Amino acid sequence: MNSVQEGYFYLKTHEWVKPVDETTFLVGISDFAQHALGDIVYVALPEVGDAVKFNERFCDVESVKAVSDVYSPISGSIIEINSALEDSPELLNQDPYATWIIKVEGSFDVSGLLNAQDYTKFLEDLQ
Amino acid sequence: MAKLIFELSATGHRAVTFPSSSCQDVDFKDFEAQSLPDLPEIAEIDLVRHYIGLSRMAHGVDTGFYPLGSCTMKYNPKLNEDVASLEGFAKTHPYQPSWSVQGNLKAMRHLQDALSEICGMDEFTLQPAAGAHGEFTGMLIIAAYHRANNDAKRTKVIVPDAAHGTNPASAVMAGFDVVTVKSDANGGVDFEALKSLVDETTAALMLTNPNTLGLFDPNIKAIADLVHDAGGLLYYDGANLNAIMGLSRPGDMGFDVVHLNLHKTFSTPHGGGGPGSGPVGVKKFLTPFLPKGSYLREQPDSLSFAPTHSIGRMRSFHGNFLTTMRALTYILFNGKGLTEVSKVAILNANYMMHHLSDIFTVAYPQICMHEFVLTLEKEKDIYHVSAKDLSKAMLDFNMHPPTMYFPQIVHEALMIEPNETESKSTLDEAIALFKMLYQKMIEDPSYLQNAPYTTPVKRVDDVLAARVPIVKYQKESK
Amino acid sequence: MGTYIPHTKEDQAQMLSSIAQTWDSLLSTIPDNVRLKRELNLPDGLSEFEVFQIMKNYASQNVVFNTILRGAGAYDHYVPSVVKHLSAREEFVTAYTPYQSELSQGILQSIFEFQSMIASLTGMDAANASVYDGATAAAEAISMSYERGRRTVLLSNALHPETIEVIRTYVQELDVTIKMIELNDGQTSLDSLKEQLDESVCAVLVQHPNYFGILEDVSSIRQSITDSKVKFIVSVNPMTLGRLANPGSYGADIVVGEAQPFGLNLAFGGPYLGFMCTSDKYVRRLPGRIVGQTLDSEGQRAFTLTLQAREQHIRREKATSSICSNQAHCALTAAMYLSSIGPVGLKEVATQCANKAHTLARKLESIGYKLTYPHEFFHEFVTTTPVSTSLIESSLAKHGILSGLILDDKHMLWCVSETTSDQKLDDIVTMLAEVNHG
Repeated sequence: MNSVQEGYFYLKTHEWVKPVDETTFLVGISDFAQHALGDIVYVALPEVGDAVKFNERFCDVESVKAVSDVYSPISGSIIEINSALEDSPELLNQDPYATWIIKVEGSFDVSGLLNAQDYTKFLEDLQ
Repeated sequence: MAKLIFELSATGHRAVTFPSSSCQDVDFKDFEAQSLPDLPEIAEIDLVRHYIGLSRMAHGVDTGFYPLGSCTMKYNPKLNEDVASLEGFAKTHPYQPSWSVQGNLKAMRHLQDALSEICGMDEFTLQPAAGAHGEFTGMLIIAAYHRANNDAKRTKVIVPDAAHGTNPASAVMAGFDVVTVKSDANGGVDFEALKSLVDETTAALMLTNPNTLGLFDPNIKAIADLVHDAGGLLYYDGANLNAIMGLSRPGDMGFDVVHLNLHKTFSTPHGGGGPGSGPVGVKKFLTPFLPKGSYLREQPDSLSFAPTHSIGRMRSFHGNFLTTMRALTYILFNGKGLTEVSKVAILNANYMMHHLSDIFTVAYPQICMHEFVLTLEKEKDIYHVSAKDLSKAMLDFNMHPPTMYFPQIVHEALMIEPNETESKSTLDEAIALFKMLYQKMIEDPSYLQNAPYTTPVKRVDDVLAARVPIVKYQKESK
Repeated sequence: MGTYIPHTKEDQAQMLSSIAQTWDSLLSTIPDNVRLKRELNLPDGLSEFEVFQIMKNYASQNVVFNTILRGAGAYDHYVPSVVKHLSAREEFVTAYTPYQSELSQGILQSIFEFQSMIASLTGMDAANASVYDGATAAAEAISMSYERGRRTVLLSNALHPETIEVIRTYVQELDVTIKMIELNDGQTSLDSLKEQLDESVCAVLVQHPNYFGILEDVSSIRQSITDSKVKFIVSVNPMTLGRLANPGSYGADIVVGEAQPFGLNLAFGGPYLGFMCTSDKYVRRLPGRIVGQTLDSEGQRAFTLTLQAREQHIRREKATSSICSNQAHCALTAAMYLSSIGPVGLKEVATQCANKAHTLARKLESIGYKLTYPHEFFHEFVTTTPVSTSLIESSLAKHGILSGLILDDKHMLWCVSETTSDQKLDDIVTMLAEVNHG
């Protein structure tokens, strides 16, 4: 429960970003986030071409009894959305680190992000 | 489970027929429908049995206890229904000339005056169709007022964290930004936090008092002064008016705008979710902003009158008129005795709270008004039984559970509003049921986790419903 | 004095003592500076009999017309006995929103059936469980239509005037631009529409048949809207769909309307029944309650409130609408009405309305009235009158007949429904011929 993945960088609002190469990044939500939401029933996906900004909302995720904003851990522009989430939002529950929501082209700035170790500590402090 | 009415349909069946006419047929040519709509074809006896069957799978106030917090599920008098079906009310067209609807106009005036007295306000509009519609009306009035004063910087509406979800949603519909003020340790508005939020950008504070914890805010006067001194207005969410009739008035507390829920406090039936009615009352300085089509003293013979700074029309015609006539009936019946209504609502809530508090944890243990909130946070940890599980277990005992998971500031919340029309023995039975289920939770948590057992369907899968929405009849579905 | 409180004074005393309180201590949490220190200035309570007399006296000061030739958004149709009786069933009347689905399958199923009937009737994928009325349904549809950078809405000038007013009220504090589409002889002008369609537009709203009863050229309007980001919103009187092609068939994106004609009393304007339908694409933008079909833990079909994350109680300040209570009981009544007459009955009612209205129009033409507009109409039409409309109204009223609606001194908007007999239409024209001759 509440696993944290190495090689990912986190926001305190429980989103992650994972570099694919120098300019391409995957963005998703953490295991903690999917647990807190419960059964996810819908992801209101943004559109390819939309700009995302660090620490700003880019989509929302719905469970039966809650809706949660998802913030971007990186600035850039969306080059792909994970369209599998349209029909299978539960993928976010099943494997939050393999299930990215958007692919972003941008430049990476680690300041303001937590690495796996720091995020683990942050979660411990939350409890 | 009952069949869907579409599954009872067979070609050629029909209940009701019409007199014949020999008027010449019109041909609408390209506009004509190519086929008949897919509606059920059913004989009258089968139609009757279908709906009676459905009615037996519904729980109303007339069926059993319904302590659904914040909803005031009191008894709906039969007299109200007889009045609403009087031909003089039920068969008047909304655009009849005013000379032919003097009775309607007088009755509306009568109700508006009575509501003004009960709330300490100067005028009411009966146009809003429900509580949330009243909130939206009130927020538009407040926006229009500040604009009329060339006070465009007032963009913020402050809403407590314990407020009904309709409050922030209504404020945003009226163009405001919502700022949340937290509750203090005693469940009231955190006065210090409020002080730090109120400034020259404050358009209004929206407040329910007593609040959604069932507590009367001890600082209400100071709160009102604080907001007024900063140039903001006070909006009263009347969802909990049933606690204070004849005891305290929103107008005297300092509120400038109020909305009421006639379907809560004034006994009009909830109808499975509506219709309600959400009259809005204002102090005199706000009457120029009331909706067009309100029936105002200034224009006692007009139903399409627009006051000078009117926000415009909130809906068509004159509101949920028959609902307002039910409420007037209730007010005439009770008269001054409305004070007794609120007192007994308070007594019943405190009686239940007291007799549950030896076992259950009351979220804010103190004398409450008409409702109170339990928290099952501890039990959730120990027994893995949630507020939802306990509620589902009540379904097997002809009792509607309390409101669950609200207000959101209380974990595993159960909000209980017994209201004044329930007898001592009903309350005693409910208390015994709560306690029996609590004992069951200790002995066999799975009993609650898997409840209900005797309802027409067992625990319903809400996740499936939301992931794969099926919102209309599909022939192949079973 | 009447009361619905079941306690005796002894019960109350016993309850107070069992919780170790007095009335004073119970009420002590209301601060002294806001306590009302007098009685409410209301009369004493009354007996049921007395209250009924007072209310009956009010009702009797209204005129109940035996024939109603006035529509304009509120329609006089026959309400079958079976609908009156079934809808009065107490379990329906005294329940609230079906939050506890296992205990509320009857309410949930009835709403699901209503949604299905309305969706089928309009030819759309989904309907919500109702909103306040037809005008607010139109305003809510506008709220559904916004897209990034697009917040201009085009409204036909032949919408019901109160619908236009309500939309203006709803959007007045928001960054939304309303533009009106001009009319051509009482019908929405295609030229005016095309001129105003640009990249800021998110919605076009047309009423069909329109306020003047005229059929709009909905197919051409649809074809004019080529940009997929513009929603074509159609407001319909659902009764007309017993005859007219449904909005789904001509490509509406959102369909709204007032379903009062389906079994609801005129009731001086309310409660009525706003409905909203849309395609699967926009279903998550619908406001208000929606009932969905699902399964229970044993795999049987069950119903529940669904897609709730759209709604105010979850989304709070991010919700697009604050609606909570709706018009559920009116929706139940409408579903009962539709079930009682069936598809053949609906076609029959719609046909009678249209036929009788056309018959009255022809007869009026024979006594010097002129049809103001040249277009085909359904069951409402505007005439230019040979005498003043107020004289027509007062003359017919003497015979217990509510005339058409006065638009101005020389124009009247008439409506005929199945409740006016063939014979009555003849009588009316005879009366009006006499009015002509003073």
